[in-house]
Amino acid sequence: MSAIAIDDLAVDLDRVQILHAVSCSVPSGGWLALIGPNGAGKTTLLRAVAGLLPHRGSIRIDHTDLGQLRGRGRARLIAYVPQIPVLPPDLTVEEYVLLGRTPHLGYLGSPGRSDRAKAADASRRLDVTRFARRRLGSLSGGERQRVRLARALAQEPRVLLLDEPTSDLDLGHQQQVLELVDDLRRSQGVTVVCTLHDLTQASQYAGHLVLLHEGKVEAAGAPAAVLTEDLIARVYAARVTVSADASGHPVVTPVRERPPAATRSAVPRPPGGRLPGG
Amino acid sequence: MIRTRGRRLPAARAYGVAAAFLVAAALASALVGAADLNPLDTLTALLDKIPFVHLPSGLSQLDRAVLFQIRLPRIVLGALVGGLLSVAGAGYQGVFRNPLVDSGMLGASAGAGLGATLAIVYLGSAGTAAVPVAAFAGSLAGVAIAYLSGAVGGSGTATLLLAGVAVGLFLTAVQTYVLQRSTQDLQQVYSWLLGSLSGATWQQAAEILPYSVVSVAVVLLHGRHLDVLSVGDEEARSLGLHPGRTRLIVVAACALAAASAVAVSGLIGFVGIVVPHVVRRLAGPSYRLVLPLSLLTGAGFLILADTLARTVVSPAELPIGVVTALVGSPVFVWILRSTAAVRT
Repeated sequence: MSAIAIDDLAVDLDRVQILHAVSCSVPSGGWLALIGPNGAGKTTLLRAVAGLLPHRGSIRIDHTDLGQLRGRGRARLIAYVPQIPVLPPDLTVEEYVLLGRTPHLGYLGSPGRSDRAKAADASRRLDVTRFARRRLGSLSGGERQRVRLARALAQEPRVLLLDEPTSDLDLGHQQQVLELVDDLRRSQGVTVVCTLHDLTQASQYAGHLVLLHEGKVEAAGAPAAVLTEDLIARVYAARVTVSADASGHPVVTPVRERPPAATRSAVPRPPGGRLPGG
Repeated sequence: MIRTRGRRLPAARAYGVAAAFLVAAALASALVGAADLNPLDTLTALLDKIPFVHLPSGLSQLDRAVLFQIRLPRIVLGALVGGLLSVAGAGYQGVFRNPLVDSGMLGASAGAGLGATLAIVYLGSAGTAAVPVAAFAGSLAGVAIAYLSGAVGGSGTATLLLAGVAVGLFLTAVQTYVLQRSTQDLQQVYSWLLGSLSGATWQQAAEILPYSVVSVAVVLLHGRHLDVLSVGDEEARSLGLHPGRTRLIVVAACALAAASAVAVSGLIGFVGIVVPHVVRRLAGPSYRLVLPLSLLTGAGFLILADTLARTVVSPAELPIGVVTALVGSPVFVWILRSTAAVRT
């Protein structure tokens, strides 16, 4: 059963068509990574699935057309973490995570004991309880990302949409965040759709890739089928080799054809002479 | 970097402090004034008004009149005006995610000023009585025009604020034009513009009470929505909120609150911006706390400001707008500096 089925999706922004006839799907509990060069339409696709953009074509979440879901109903199904979320600096972590309960509250309701318990539970899962009373403005990049995920988890969504969840994190924290997302996916049965720039990470964590290029689906399927040297060379105008890691996931390595200039400058300059070939 | 822990008061203690401040301000104001009332007798006379409490008070008939017909209505009206202006300021700040927004923004003050000026200049002797209604209507009309001009399509809060500035400037220009054609009314208009609670009556308090209750209730009930809005429109939408609808409701309620205050007090600046900030410094940024605490603190602050206004140069009075700015600004700067988050 597919949790998300996108069919013939088209999105215009400022009268420019950004997405053309995009179709793809993710099974329930799966992880779909949207990849593609800058400006390919990854974020636009994610925002359309989050219900934040008018679109043509259909997006179905658990067999319900997105267009039939309104406000809170939609927010109970889908949590969206933008690439650069607004984090009010004076709000505490605790208060921020509790905002995730918003779709579950009545219009004039306020968070009750069970909402606080669920927010605390989400905080525990993402190990942010230690700094629950700290201000958002005082957190490091890795802590912020965990707090964002905790808020999304407190929403108790069926679908988790993440826009570049690893941007501005170091390698260790990138892996930590992706492992956390994978844990949530396995333990809660959440379906994950994310955009990722790192193709190797995409292949290692996501079971399904959709390669977008100029607003169209260029390739879709298992990582090994999508991440080929030819396709990457054509879509990204990049030179790479694709090998496989120990568990068979494609590893994409950038290749430089000419010897790098750095090795030349490392050669001691001959006294009074020119660099060879300089 | 930034301090890691805010030194916030717990909610219960913050409510206690704000309520104590309001009560202390009201009592101080009841005891101070041109007529020299005996403090003990004044207190017993006040306590005597509490149901089932019967205390003999030594206040003379005249002193009782001063207390119950002059000072108390003025205290109640001051509390209402201060609370309304502070809640409206805090509400606007939440809606626009901008700490510099005041209750007079969006053409509210300019509209009220124009309304009052038109009433004074063109209605002659009937004008004085019509000023509150004209100011009330002008204030609401100013916000409505600003909102309709600024809320186009999916435009953001900056457009709305800029439209408010433009509408405000336009209305002020019309007011200035009207005023310079009838300079004999200058003093009356000017003294209204600076704000005053002199001549406060129970009737005035009763007249704005229904608007006050409705507008404050609506704003307070949207505190949680303003907290959600603080993460930005797009994320607020992804959490199931309708940012545009929330903004419209809160702006309408804040406009009603500010217009009610303006109708009975004239233009009193500074309260709507200072009070919510002081509250935030003490209790943190959540609007579920900031709004009710602003209501209490703003009420107390304006009672104190009005007490100063009527006592400092007694028997003459200072315009209360002058007092709020003269006293409020140094206090505000002091609070900013003493509790400032140390940021680089």
